[in-house]
Amino acid sequence: MQENPIVLSLEGITKRFGALVANDRLDLTLHRGEILALLGENGAGKTTLMNILFGHYVQDEGIVRVGGQVLPPGSPGAALAAGVGMVHQHFALAENLSGLDNIRLGTEPLLRLGNGRSVARRKVEQIIAESGLEVDLDRRVAALTVGEKQRVEILKALYRDVRVLILDEPTAVLTPQESEGLFTVLRRLADNGLGVIFISHKLGEVLSVSHRIAVLRGGRKAGELVTAEADRRAIADLMVGKAVAEVKRTAPTPRETLVEFRNVSLARGVARAPLSNASFELRAGEIVGVAGVSGNGQAAIAALLSGLAVPSSGEVLLNGVTITSADPRALVAAGVARMPEDRQHDGVVGTMSVADNIAIEEVRGKPFARMGMLDRKAMRERATAAIAAYDIRCPGPDAEARLLSGGNVQKLILARVLEREPRVILANQPTRGLDVGAQSEVHRRIIAARDRGAAVMVISEDLDELFALADRFLVVHAGEVTDAGPSAVLDRGSVGLLMAGQSITSPSAASA
Amino acid sequence: MDVLIDIFGSANFWAAAVRIATPLIFGVLGALICERAGVLNLGIEGIFVAGAMAGWIAVYLGAGLWGGVLIAALAGAMFGLLHAVLTVILGLSQHVSGIGITLLATSLSYFTYRTALPSVTSPPRITPFQPISIPGLSDLPFIGPALFAQTPMTWLALVLVAVLAFVLYRTPLGLAIRAVGDNPASVEAQGLSVQGLRVGAVVAGSALMAVGGAFLTLSAFDAFFFGMVNGRGWICIALVVFASWQPGKALLGALLFGAFDAFQIRLQAEIGQIVPGQVFLMLPYLLSILALVVVARRADYPRALLQPWFKGQRH
Repeated sequence: MQENPIVLSLEGITKRFGALVANDRLDLTLHRGEILALLGENGAGKTTLMNILFGHYVQDEGIVRVGGQVLPPGSPGAALAAGVGMVHQHFALAENLSGLDNIRLGTEPLLRLGNGRSVARRKVEQIIAESGLEVDLDRRVAALTVGEKQRVEILKALYRDVRVLILDEPTAVLTPQESEGLFTVLRRLADNGLGVIFISHKLGEVLSVSHRIAVLRGGRKAGELVTAEADRRAIADLMVGKAVAEVKRTAPTPRETLVEFRNVSLARGVARAPLSNASFELRAGEIVGVAGVSGNGQAAIAALLSGLAVPSSGEVLLNGVTITSADPRALVAAGVARMPEDRQHDGVVGTMSVADNIAIEEVRGKPFARMGMLDRKAMRERATAAIAAYDIRCPGPDAEARLLSGGNVQKLILARVLEREPRVILANQPTRGLDVGAQSEVHRRIIAARDRGAAVMVISEDLDELFALADRFLVVHAGEVTDAGPSAVLDRGSVGLLMAGQSITSPSAASA
Repeated sequence: MDVLIDIFGSANFWAAAVRIATPLIFGVLGALICERAGVLNLGIEGIFVAGAMAGWIAVYLGAGLWGGVLIAALAGAMFGLLHAVLTVILGLSQHVSGIGITLLATSLSYFTYRTALPSVTSPPRITPFQPISIPGLSDLPFIGPALFAQTPMTWLALVLVAVLAFVLYRTPLGLAIRAVGDNPASVEAQGLSVQGLRVGAVVAGSALMAVGGAFLTLSAFDAFFFGMVNGRGWICIALVVFASWQPGKALLGALLFGAFDAFQIRLQAEIGQIVPGQVFLMLPYLLSILALVVVARRADYPRALLQPWFKGQRH
């Protein structure tokens, strides 16, 4: 690969946001036909670098060369003209237009009368035939699945005859099978001479798809290596900058049932996606992982278990008692701990202090209130203790919660809910967006709570996380919940099939 | 029952319906362009006044009638540019800016009129556009007077519906406008300028609104007087929703409203002795609200409507 000509080079790129140096004198080269993985934790500067390359941001220092020519900074149009295409993490698609129109957008002179739709269609169909990126071109994008939208994004770039294709965390929204399909397409495109930059923080997929890996850490390049010679452990240490303690999970000892869902349905509208006829149990001393592509019913389960909704039909039992009204406070009082999916939005009140946020679920009585008055001293003492015990990095108990980083907000929430030794824990995307260090800390706490006897449900889009935590798997697809059984007998492939709506035993029957 | 037959059977009724609809067609098309690009333009009411005043005063001072229309369009474009700078470039609240533009444009128009003509008691008049009558076609029942006894500005409005539909759905420019109102990120990622498209759309849309105002002083009436716009701009804002942001349906909505209004005028004449006149005046607005309730509940708003966009923003 190295003998192919260089198609793209970044030289000494520096970008600052206020006091934060997001990119610090970064150098990077990409060869023709090469898949380069840009690996790093959240906040390592991957996305910033690619946004500079594509002209969304203007760098403070350094230059970008495409095919030897210097790219003018801050102009996506110039980047496109030079042959750089980008597939954004959040799709840049107009949902009211068809796939074909999204692909054509901006490729024809604006003031031309009439349109080149039929010419465009022929070209796109040819690209589809060559790349295998199957998609219905005439459907409104709003009606496409996430995987299809991503294919439209890639087609958009290929339609412009790009020489460099950047993919920003492309697998975050895909099932394992869809990811495999994407990798096949990327390999084929690279074989045809396209240079690909693949941004990810998932080690496994980087190892399987890339030729070369550049690791970013804290805005700098921590290392660069050829994938075939790379060692998983060494890369992980490069990413984090220190040896990561792996979290050990002992065998579970499930005991009595604490939560039971009996034929529970929840109509659309209450949650983003409905839940239909779900039955399962959560038992003391066991972690149940909920796998599924986002938007298949996870939000409904979380809403029911948080006391934000009651079933449209069926029953939810907590400690053997049916929950009859949507009453979050009663649930909290009964020992349910909740770590919400959108922790910044639903988990803390940003303008209130760390101490207030830690006490917020217990302010109606002891120990934080007496005769209707808040006991500020007790709240501050608890917060000070929690800051030390949970390693919450903040200026102090009086700091506003909105100033904390995502990882520290999550630790704050852990401190709030775990200090009360809850019997049931709902952890929804507990480590999304956290760095590896914070991640293992959260995992350690969750496993410790299980060993103490709590019933834990972990909802996550990260299969690696679920395999690290869950004793048993539930898989959601289109509102249906399947009990996939103990994690010991499962692998990524079988869970992936269930996520895609097929049964493990007879995939052909399900897909027919 | 006889009353209804009298009204709907009269050629004048259909002619009046189309005439009343004409300024609304300009206004609703203008609002439609702005909103398709993601910008709500509540300056419309004031821009109508500005167009009515600017067009009329230009003609009064010696410009030709079409010259007056052009001056009105320019006046509208100026206020559109102001709205665009405030909302698109600076990202301020579209509601607040729009209402400010309405207040500013209205007051400025009245002020200009009073300054130019301080001493008149009865408003001076101009010679407005005359209906074009086409021999043969004008004599067709219903269609004849409704279509072929109208002034050239009505024809312009009808042609603009077709032109706008063509631009929106059949040209790359229209594609970009529809995209920028749904997801500006899609436009920026394809190398186009979100700000450029939006400013252009607001300026063009505002020019159309002002032409709607000019119709009042250069075609429907022959003078400018205070309060003559009388909520037509607001009706257009409602009609855009009724039309689901489609030019064809916008035409339909404007005609429907024109028919309601023409109907209420005639009903007032027929049975005005029994029911107070104000009830009839209210009728078209009441029916508009009812139509909106039915249609707008499942309205498919441009997703990026009201959302400012800054270049390079995280999405």
